[in-house]
Amino acid sequence: MEKSLQDIQQEVIETFSMYDEWLDKYEYLIELGKSLEPFPDAARTEENLIKGCQSRVWLEHEIRDGRIWFKADSDAIITKGIISLLIQVYSGRTAAEIAADDFSFVDRIGLKENLSPTRANGLVSMIETIRSIAQENR
Amino acid sequence: MTMNIQEIRAQFSALSRQVYGKAWVYFDNAATSQRPDSVTKVAAEMATSCNANIHRAVHCIATQATEAYERTRDEVAAFIGARHREEIIFTSGTTHGINLVAFSFGEAFVGEGDEIIVSEAEHHSNLVPWQLLCQRKKARLVVLPVDADGHLRIDLLPTLISPKTRLLAVAQVSNVLGIVNPLDKIIQIAHSHGVPVLVDGAQGIVHQLVNVEKTDCDFYAFSGHKMYAATGTGVLYGKKALLEQMPPYMGGGEMIATVRFSGTTFAPLPGKFEAGTQNINAVPTLGAAIRFMRQLQDPQLQAETRAVSDYLYEALSAHPRIHLYGVPRGTTEKIPLFSFTVEGAHHEDLALILDKMGIAVRSGQMCAEPLMDRFGVSGMVRISLAPYNTMQEAEYFIQSLDKAIQMLS
Repeated sequence: MEKSLQDIQQEVIETFSMYDEWLDKYEYLIELGKSLEPFPDAARTEENLIKGCQSRVWLEHEIRDGRIWFKADSDAIITKGIISLLIQVYSGRTAAEIAADDFSFVDRIGLKENLSPTRANGLVSMIETIRSIAQENR
Repeated sequence: MTMNIQEIRAQFSALSRQVYGKAWVYFDNAATSQRPDSVTKVAAEMATSCNANIHRAVHCIATQATEAYERTRDEVAAFIGARHREEIIFTSGTTHGINLVAFSFGEAFVGEGDEIIVSEAEHHSNLVPWQLLCQRKKARLVVLPVDADGHLRIDLLPTLISPKTRLLAVAQVSNVLGIVNPLDKIIQIAHSHGVPVLVDGAQGIVHQLVNVEKTDCDFYAFSGHKMYAATGTGVLYGKKALLEQMPPYMGGGEMIATVRFSGTTFAPLPGKFEAGTQNINAVPTLGAAIRFMRQLQDPQLQAETRAVSDYLYEALSAHPRIHLYGVPRGTTEKIPLFSFTVEGAHHEDLALILDKMGIAVRSGQMCAEPLMDRFGVSGMVRISLAPYNTMQEAEYFIQSLDKAIQMLS
């Protein structure tokens, strides 16, 4: 049976909490960032660029089999790791599932308060973009 | 009396705090300095035992508050070498001072087709006010470029000045490059063409680099919070003859002589430019900061801080993957401020990792986007030191930076 959105979120939270030190969490995010699927150059457009980050973030999506598939990239590797977490959770879910989610798992991981305000703004922008894509495609 | 770094450091309670369970290394002094206990004490005293509005009331505390405020004006005038106390206008900071000049000087002297020169290395605060002025007056902005090492192309200045040039606005020290610009030479060239000069002293003032009378600049703007005084304080120095010809920037209380519905006349300097209730509790911290800064003139202390700065400069220059911006050459001075990029590592990643190691650095575009474009980068990492930063901190920073670079490789 397919895992629910909440199950996947719980898995991400558990994996992340294995690391006590924030530097270790960063190491983990860096690894995730490095292993993120390559982003197509053609999608590196102004339209796909998310505003509000100190680093540049591109997010593109396609709808296949009634689900939204996200691809993303950033010029900063820790940001890329964070995006990778978001993609793990939200890519391949239905628009209805994503639109109904409260994105509180980001808070439970402790990401928001442990990133600089500019970065947290970037994270908020990423979440807002994912949420609005889901709402537009319901 | 001789001073050393530890004795200076001991005067800053703010530096004893920890972040993430580690000693806090504060290397973002160009953004704002920490304040010594003598300054925070004055701020607290003003708020708790000398709070009354200045100038108008006849009661006891109002008189004391007025004296504290006006004494500070004298201290600032002496500190920067201004000839007249009324040439010192209190502002909320550098940005306020520059906007005041852009508006009031602009109203008096700038018209359609006129030109304002700024350098390519300016902070947005010494760029955007001029762009706004140019939009308002249909004037034109002319840009003085910097070379690859971050030095102003002063050789080009005579060719950029035209009969339409009304003002040259330039930083004493760029907040990205840290090079001390040769103001004397710049001002001499500008004045030989009859062009007045505004100097953005936001980064220069804390290094005690200015004597406005000797330098002969026409305006000099700086912030209190970058020179150990309270936030929300600042100073605009302007030559009396120019300030007198400029209309007020804001209207309100204090800046008037007489007010009738048929018309209003304005107060003489400096009141004309200090409309409304000023930052009366905080302005006296400028005096406390100036008194604190006298200790920093100690040659032994200066030798010690110089060694910290030299160590960092050499370590960063020698690193094969680091590119430093703002390279001193010849007799040019560089303040202890180092902006750099690391090949293969994003500035934001570096700053985030350093933060978790307890080190506060600045990353990003540093309010100087045109300069980032000039060097073809999306941002940089910047460290900026104060005389309370120790060699131990510098060594820890270099080790931590190496570790961060390794993590990102």
